[in-house]
Amino acid sequence: MKADQTLDCVGLYCPMPIVKTAQRIKELKSGEVLEIVADDKGIKKDMPAWCQATGNQCLGMEEADGEIKVYVKKT
Amino acid sequence: MAEDTKPAEKEKMTIVVFSGELDKAIAAFILATTGASMGMEVSMFFTFWGLNILKKNEGAAGGKGLMGKMLNIMNRGGTKRLKLSKFHMFGLGTGMMKQFMKENKLPSIDEFIQMAKDLGVKMIPCSTSCGIMGLQEGAFREEVGSLAGAAYFLNEARQSKVSLFI
Repeated sequence: MKADQTLDCVGLYCPMPIVKTAQRIKELKSGEVLEIVADDKGIKKDMPAWCQATGNQCLGMEEADGEIKVYVKKT
Repeated sequence: MAEDTKPAEKEKMTIVVFSGELDKAIAAFILATTGASMGMEVSMFFTFWGLNILKKNEGAAGGKGLMGKMLNIMNRGGTKRLKLSKFHMFGLGTGMMKQFMKENKLPSIDEFIQMAKDLGVKMIPCSTSCGIMGLQEGAFREEVGSLAGAAYFLNEARQSKVSLFI
């Protein structure tokens, strides 16, 4: 999946990926996609929940080699 | 608010921080910073032992009168002196936990307080607890807001979707 920006959260545990995503998404324009790369499994549940709470769109996830890539579209 | 978009008015979250142990403080700050990151307006009310989290690390212990001073010397507080609620083991367990947190790139309690402040989390010491313990606003670190009482907390809490007691 194509993204406009990437946020590296590898090695970070909850709540840091969410806190960093919330800060980074401010730099994106509406409709742009942020890719979050993380290895804390909690993000698979946390990021869709964050999207639901903030109104952003969770486009999907890819998981490979213990790394999870989550794609969030700014609304 | 009917659509799945950003609500016009921010949702609120309130946390009563009653405990003054390191692990409970971390739990409270994880939830506060996450709530703020989710777009909620977060208020933390610190009462009783929870006030120890907000006390300055340096300087005099504070407290009014002989008894007040004695209380605050024995119950010194400050983030540096917080203990785990279990496995403190004369500082060994707490030191190990701090080390594990650092190794796992988790923020320290000081970093959490700074982050909470940056995210707009309000940290409010309970005025009654301060009165009982003889503490004035100057006893607390700079990130801390002004004192408030139970009515202010309850007014925030009744408007909150999430309200916790830690």
